[in-house]
Amino acid sequence: MRLLSDSIGRKVVMAITGLLMVLFVVGHLLGNLSIFAGPNGINAYAEKLHGLPQVVWATRVVMLTAVALHIVLSIRLTLENRAAKPTAYAVDRRLRVTFAGKNMIWTGLLLGGFIAFHLLHFTVRSVPGLDIVQGLDGHGRFDVFSMVVAAFGHVVTAVVYVVAMAALFLHLSHGIQSTFQSLGLNNAKTMPGFLKFGSVLSVIFLLGYGSIPVAIFFGLIAK
Amino acid sequence: MILDGKAPTGKIQDSWDDHRFASLKLVNPANKRKYKVLVVGTGLAGASAAATLAELGYQVEAFCYQDSPRRAHSIAAQGGINAAKAYPNDGDSIYRLFYDTIKGGDFRAREADVWRLAQVSNNIIDQCVAQGVPFARDYAGYLDNRSFGGAQVSRTFYARGQTGQQLLLGAYSALSRQIGLGTVKMFPRTEMLDLVVVDGEAKAITVRDLVTGEVRTHVGDAVVLATGGYVNVFYLSTNAMGCSVTAIWKAHKKGAYLANPCYTQIHPTCIPQAGDYQSKLTLMSESLRNDGRIWVPKKKEDCGKAPGDIPEADRDYYLERKYPSYGNLAPRDIASRAAKEQCDEGRGVGPGGRGVYLDFSASIERLGEGTIRERYGNLFEMYERITDENAYKRPMRIYPAPHYSMGGLWVDYNLQSNIPGLFVLGEANFSVHGANRLGASALMQGLADGYFVIPYTIANYLAQTKPGKVTADDPECRKSIADVQAERKQLLGINGKKTVSEFMREVGVLMWNNVGMARSQQSLTDTLQKLPGIREEFWQNVKVSGSGDELNQQLENAGRTADFIEFAELLCRDALHREESCGGHFRVEHQYPDGEAMRDDANFTYSAAWQWKGTGQTPELHKEPLKFDNVHLAVRSYK
Amino acid sequence: MSATEHGTMNLKLIVWRQSGPDKPGRFETYDAKNITPHHSFLEMLDVVNEDLIKAGKDPIAFDHDCREGICGACSAVVNGVPHGGQERTTLCQLHMRKFKDGDAIYLEPWRARAFPILRDLIVDRTALDRLVQAAGFVSCHTGGVADGNAILIGKPEADYAMDAAECIGCGACVAACPNGAAMLFAGAKVAQLAELPQGQVEAPQRVAAMVKAMSDNDFGNCTNHYECEGACPKGVKVKFIARLNREFTKALFQETLGTISTNRGTSKE
Ligand SMILES: Cc1cc2nc3c(=O)[nH]c(=O)nc-3n(C[C@H](O)[C@H](O)[C@H](O)COP(=O)(O)OP(=O)(O)OC[C@H]3O[C@@H](n4cnc5c(N)ncnc54)[C@H](O)[C@@H]3O)c2cc1C
Ligand code: HEM
Ligand code: HEM
Ligand code: SF4
Ligand code: F3S
Ligand code: FES
Repeated sequence: MRLLSDSIGRKVVMAITGLLMVLFVVGHLLGNLSIFAGPNGINAYAEKLHGLPQVVWATRVVMLTAVALHIVLSIRLTLENRAAKPTAYAVDRRLRVTFAGKNMIWTGLLLGGFIAFHLLHFTVRSVPGLDIVQGLDGHGRFDVFSMVVAAFGHVVTAVVYVVAMAALFLHLSHGIQSTFQSLGLNNAKTMPGFLKFGSVLSVIFLLGYGSIPVAIFFGLIAK
Repeated sequence: MILDGKAPTGKIQDSWDDHRFASLKLVNPANKRKYKVLVVGTGLAGASAAATLAELGYQVEAFCYQDSPRRAHSIAAQGGINAAKAYPNDGDSIYRLFYDTIKGGDFRAREADVWRLAQVSNNIIDQCVAQGVPFARDYAGYLDNRSFGGAQVSRTFYARGQTGQQLLLGAYSALSRQIGLGTVKMFPRTEMLDLVVVDGEAKAITVRDLVTGEVRTHVGDAVVLATGGYVNVFYLSTNAMGCSVTAIWKAHKKGAYLANPCYTQIHPTCIPQAGDYQSKLTLMSESLRNDGRIWVPKKKEDCGKAPGDIPEADRDYYLERKYPSYGNLAPRDIASRAAKEQCDEGRGVGPGGRGVYLDFSASIERLGEGTIRERYGNLFEMYERITDENAYKRPMRIYPAPHYSMGGLWVDYNLQSNIPGLFVLGEANFSVHGANRLGASALMQGLADGYFVIPYTIANYLAQTKPGKVTADDPECRKSIADVQAERKQLLGINGKKTVSEFMREVGVLMWNNVGMARSQQSLTDTLQKLPGIREEFWQNVKVSGSGDELNQQLENAGRTADFIEFAELLCRDALHREESCGGHFRVEHQYPDGEAMRDDANFTYSAAWQWKGTGQTPELHKEPLKFDNVHLAVRSYK
Repeated sequence: MSATEHGTMNLKLIVWRQSGPDKPGRFETYDAKNITPHHSFLEMLDVVNEDLIKAGKDPIAFDHDCREGICGACSAVVNGVPHGGQERTTLCQLHMRKFKDGDAIYLEPWRARAFPILRDLIVDRTALDRLVQAAGFVSCHTGGVADGNAILIGKPEADYAMDAAECIGCGACVAACPNGAAMLFAGAKVAQLAELPQGQVEAPQRVAAMVKAMSDNDFGNCTNHYECEGACPKGVKVKFIARLNREFTKALFQETLGTISTNRGTSKE
């Protein structure tokens, strides 16, 4: 039996890496929401975080591995699954399959693209053709707040983020409950609960993350 | 000729053990792999035999016409399987199971065979449990039993309403294990179309690959037929569409005697036929009779009315009236004939007036709908799926249907036919059920034959024969291939006007009306006169399109139908010759004034084994006298 | 009762026709005339086939045997749904009262790489048999086993095993699964045997072999679409897939720790 070559082994890895990313997204959301507290909120948060380089780098290494595994395995799984079902039915009627479930690879790849862009945007802070506001705030901290607010003032950037958040929502509306099934935690009793949990959490992500670019774009958060 | 069943003599309690020790030779372990056994049929009997023989070390090739051995018709058995475990402490014993089976069979079976069946019944349950068959359990974790088929003890083991399915899946899993190990070669979608007999011994079979159409022989050292029953000769029955007489009929034409073909069982509780297009009948478990009351309108004019509009006073609860002590639980043959009688008198209900009501309203009133739903919910659901009627609100309609064949190829105590090397198991043989089979005992027989009898008895034959005696280029094999191919070619070449199913329907209706639940000299001679005409017309006017080199279901059905038409003649002949009523065979000339079956023990205490003499020729009758040393012949009474 | 109770209906069938395994296939349209609401779906096909035969054409080939919902032979996709989509109902038990006069019905074979088409609506499902051959059994001998009551099994466990054992091996789950996965079929078998004491002894070896066999036999991987559960005519639940995953993870974990080996024939470390 092997983790990375048996069908279910790979699914377990997908689930665990997915779960790690979900945990990251939860933490990141909590952090990001401090933007509603104004510059003092988020800038202080960012400062504190960067004061713990071991934690930051450890997280980065783990997450990078997770993302890499998740991507490689998901592409392989998807290709195998397509090969196992070469012909579609003439009538496409589905009983349980959801739009989200069917398009995991696309929402996933979109997220992958987004993450790459997002890292260049807010972490590396260098995207060709994009002005990124970088400065220090009144306390001499790096001014994350201004950077973000300036960024989402642009309609294109705001839309890119909102679209990405929609993809995240779709990906996780299937993905979260799916994790429990993949890890074998489901039974007749727990399953409805996990399904609901997945839906609620993904909606929270959609609203939580989505509210930031939207609120900024419509001027609810401004300098 | 007087046939000898070679049953052991001596104390019946020890007969099987003595026989195994004293009379049956063994094949030494190192030699077993040199022998090849061909097992045709992978139902309960065939799958259990193939798995066990392979495990013992023989090379096995197994065949079935379905795409998987798991689909044999054993899968459809609902009720349960008997065993003399006596777990409920209610007085059961091997002796009682033996006695009930002999009596249930109306004293027309060999005592020693039935004893052995009762004896090994207990091993079957253990075997199935070990395989992971999910039998019903009680809350303490022990095996649960229920009573079934008129028995006075609870000896029936069951797995929900799917006992046959679960037992077959157990046997199938054992078979699959051997296939995986390479000891059994499985040939699904392969139909046996001939038996090859070389120097008087069965050594090969000729088959058609149902996908490619290839006709070829498989050679072995012994042949085991476990190909199921033949009641599809009535066209509509509870059997699967593919169940046929073909395998045993072809063996019969190669010299194997066919015994007691007229013993057919009609099951009283089936969903009635809805129209002419209907292709099969569905069994409703007999257990429904525990809580349902059977009635028909007293007046013919009421038959068209909604049942609810017929007042209590105008209903005839005829079973309760005629059999006050057993009432609605009268045995299968009695209940079936009584229903037919009512309908013949024009008081049947539903389409074509072929149905009687099975009414739950009294039980629902007494026990509540919830209890009835708990007991029979899945059956009510099935009934509604088929008829679109809600049986909680409106009585069910039921009618008898052909269900099981007690007759089959004649075999001796070793399950060997009169052709050395040809063994026959399960419903395909005639062995243990006499003239009538009790509920829950066919499953028992199939598994007894396959797991616990054939492994011993086949060794005795193999030990006395040299392995690999016959090869595929034997002239008999080549002739057999040529014959089978010629028959296929002929069928394809007729290009007549009537379809295969039209012929099968015609034969079926004729047989059901004249040779079904009740038979008379008149109806039998009439039928015997008509059948040759149908046979001849078939070979001149059947339409089978397509080719033989491809998957061609018409061609498959055509071959089966041709065999049924020929076989039907033998069935009638047997019924005509048996001038008595016994078990499933009811001759209207032989009944007591109250309509009960009248056996003639003085003249008919024998099994009738028929020898093929050629198409259109009168077959020759051989008798195997039956001796009863351990039970005394009694008249059945269910009043 | 339906409005069409006494009337008959005419339907249009759009059926996949393919003369052999590697032959090209196409849809053909046929009329099904004078069908009553009491016809079962297969009896309706019988009627169409009789017409085709009389017209000198090849009848539509389809698998069937018991016609009472238990053998698992019947198999066709009706308007995109295996077995036609009536809950807990096989195609042979689907009745024409579920259709209306004038309906157009698409009929296709099970489609999955593991199930090559043999002819028209008939596919080769022996891949499912091979899964069972790989490990879907308890390796007991014939004879010499313990008394049935020597192994106590609680009623809930027996019922759970029976729920899983309801599977009729029809393959609708594979046909319905967007990935052509056989997880519901395999899950049901693994769960049934893992739940019972008799089957627990070999549970790790069984799950390892069956998972491998699924890949070896061209089945896809499960991505938890649950479509299989929707299509299953026997109500087999995806909780059994979770059980399969759990058994797999457990075995993998134990093997990694070295407490068991899933290779048959290896002794314990
Ligand atoms: C609806 C129904 C309910 C029943 N309920 C009960 C019950 O509750 N209890 C009970 O004890 N009995 C019951 N019976 C009876 C019992 O199920 C059967 O008698 C028994 O299962 C027969 O088993 P078998 O192995 O002899 O044959 P089958 O299971 O019929 O198997 C026949 C095998 O032979 C193969 N075959 C046939 N012809 C050929 C050929 N020409 N070439 C190749 N292969 C061939 C088939 O493919 C199949 O594998 C019931 C029967 C029916 C129909
Ligand atoms: C980076 C690019 C990504 C790609 C290409 C991708 C692709 C996929 C695919 C195809 C699946 C379905 C496969 C399956 O269920 O087995 C999947 C599942 C999943 N993904 Fe992603 N994904 C990506 C990113 C993410 C992110 C960012 C998250 C979380 C925030 C995530 C969380 C999950 C989860 C939880 C599952 C469910 C796992 C399971 O079924 O057990 N994925 N992913
Ligand atoms: C509106 C939504 C989002 C906003 C406003 C946002 C904002 C930010 C900011 C400001 C940073 C830089 C933090 C710093 O370097 O101090 C960051 C980093 C990051 N974000 Fe986001 N983010 C959003 C959504 C997401 C999503 C959905 C994901 C993942 C799927 C994501 C993944 C990351 C990652 C991986 C980093 C890098 C962390 C590191 O430095 O290691 N972000 N984000
Ligand atoms: S799990 Fe259901 S759909 Fe799948 S093979 Fe079994 S019965 Fe058919
Ligand atoms: S539909 Fe397919 S994806 Fe899994 S849950 Fe069922 S096998
Ligand atoms: S024909 Fe047997 S399940 Fe449909």
